[in-house]
Amino acid sequence: MGSSRSSLRGVPDGQQLLQETGFSAALLLRLHQRFQFLDKDSRGHLRSEDLEAELSENPIGDRIVGAFFQPGQETVDFPSFVRVLAHFRPTEKNWTRDGVQPEPANSRNRKLKFAFQLYDQDRDGKISRTELLQVLREMLGLQVTEEQLQSIAERAIQEADLDRDDAICFDEFRKSLEKVDIDHKMSVRFLE
Amino acid sequence: MELFFNPFDNLLCILLGISFTVWFTLLLVFIIVPAIFGVSFGIRRLYMKTLLKIFEVRAPIIAREPTSLEEEIKEIRRSGSNKDLDSASEFEMSDIFYFARRGVESIMDDEVTKRFSAEELESWNLLTRSNNNFHYISLRLTVLWWLGLLIRYGILLPLRVTLAFTGVSLLVFLTSLIGLLQNGRMKNVLSEKVHLMCYRICVRALTAIITYHDSENKPKNGGICVANHTSPIDVIILASDGCYAMVGQIHGGLMGVIQRSMVKACPHIWFERSEVKDRHLVAKRLSNHVQDKSKLPILIFPEGTCINNTSVMMFKKGSFDIGATVYPVAIKYDPRFGDAFWNSSKFGMVSYLLRMMSSWAIVCSVWYLPPMSREEGEDAVQFANRVKSAIARKGGLVDLLWDGGLKRDKVKDTFKEEQQKLYSKMLVGTQEDRSRS
Repeated sequence: MGSSRSSLRGVPDGQQLLQETGFSAALLLRLHQRFQFLDKDSRGHLRSEDLEAELSENPIGDRIVGAFFQPGQETVDFPSFVRVLAHFRPTEKNWTRDGVQPEPANSRNRKLKFAFQLYDQDRDGKISRTELLQVLREMLGLQVTEEQLQSIAERAIQEADLDRDDAICFDEFRKSLEKVDIDHKMSVRFLE
Repeated sequence: MELFFNPFDNLLCILLGISFTVWFTLLLVFIIVPAIFGVSFGIRRLYMKTLLKIFEVRAPIIAREPTSLEEEIKEIRRSGSNKDLDSASEFEMSDIFYFARRGVESIMDDEVTKRFSAEELESWNLLTRSNNNFHYISLRLTVLWWLGLLIRYGILLPLRVTLAFTGVSLLVFLTSLIGLLQNGRMKNVLSEKVHLMCYRICVRALTAIITYHDSENKPKNGGICVANHTSPIDVIILASDGCYAMVGQIHGGLMGVIQRSMVKACPHIWFERSEVKDRHLVAKRLSNHVQDKSKLPILIFPEGTCINNTSVMMFKKGSFDIGATVYPVAIKYDPRFGDAFWNSSKFGMVSYLLRMMSSWAIVCSVWYLPPMSREEGEDAVQFANRVKSAIARKGGLVDLLWDGGLKRDKVKDTFKEEQQKLYSKMLVGTQEDRSRS
């Protein structure tokens, strides 16, 4: 799609992001344009309102928006924006762990971590019963009763919680999703 | 005297005369005559292809596979479990992937539709007439933009206004003439031809490029044609492909003149302002009309208000109560070519029409759906909803359950609710399922 190096001129940290995220230059450019579109007041960064507008119809919209912001931060700049989106790139089949290169954002493990953090809002490394109930309530809205919610959460914890501490830690989470095709379901197919 | 009439002036007059004649002839040959005979040179489609090429209409970033919530979540689970899925629709930790992915897709690529403000598109699409986030990207695009503005307002708009004027005046004139004839077959045939011709001229006046699908389902006499409503142009679009009896309130001014002359040629149903409130009167007139099989099918937009072409609001049940066969029609405008949505609280009719006529083109698709009738044990509201769903599905529009009357308040929650409902249905089933087991 043309000379990538020069067209990335307007993109903050363009070269570095190219290597880090594995996005193509063309895609990076379009994501930058998208970022600028979302940045309605041209501040150079996004606030949660800018993202919330796009996610108003998603039951867990607030959580997803939260995933873009570091704890305590109220704005997200373009590099951070792209780093989060990089989690949703399809996994490269032939990437192997060699301990030298940092793990790419779209590895199976990182995708799982991303999903785990959607559940684990207080970032204490465990999905507590309360947190699970919260997510379920968001995904189901007012369509189910409190009892139904409790029984769903109960069953889910029973199935996944192997060390019986009434919470699901990351390893337990990963184990319960062993056979799921994470790559396919946590990836967005880009048109190049 | 000779001081005033120098040869240059003469030449100028001659040139002007010639160009005017040429212009008018071209207009006649390429636009009006085809309109009369209902043929097309394919000029408009060529124009559309050219536009798309010039502006390099941006493709979306993401390849969207339209799968439903249920299909996807089941697929995710199937890959992760050995259980027989259909019997155990329980919550799985992987269910969140679906929502997360959809959310990220919405952030990356704006295909999530917004109900009442115009469908927002990728901002670099210069085909849309107004670009709210017009950033200076490159000289080429800026030049194109200004050139486009010039062409649209300088050339296209005057051309279209001329055509519109021609079309409307022909309509008024000819229908009044026909009104002088005796009622009979001749009158009906002529009236049909005249209506079609004038609507076709109007279609060209808007440079509307319409694709009709499934024409075998076109509405027949004694039926009611029901369509979703995005703009007043909907009428022109449908009426240029078939003859309908219109229903509406009598307006004053130009609109009223048109309405009054139309009804001379064939029986349309116009109501006085006072009569509109009287539901029984309306229903009675409608049912009298449909019972007369010699009369044209009625064209009705049950939503009652313009929706921004991404969803179909609750259909008002009046037209579904009459007991006639309903012919649903779905109209979907291509948003790449400009926004046909009329936000009546923001723009008046005239400024809306001017906007339409200074856009590049209006591209839309019309689907004629198979006729539906009210079934045993169905009341008008259920029937209306059934028709509405059929229309929404066909046009790729979102079937929503609330009244278009809420247009002025922003209510975004309901779409979220729909998702929650679908998901909860998967997990806990509906009331009936639970009581059965």
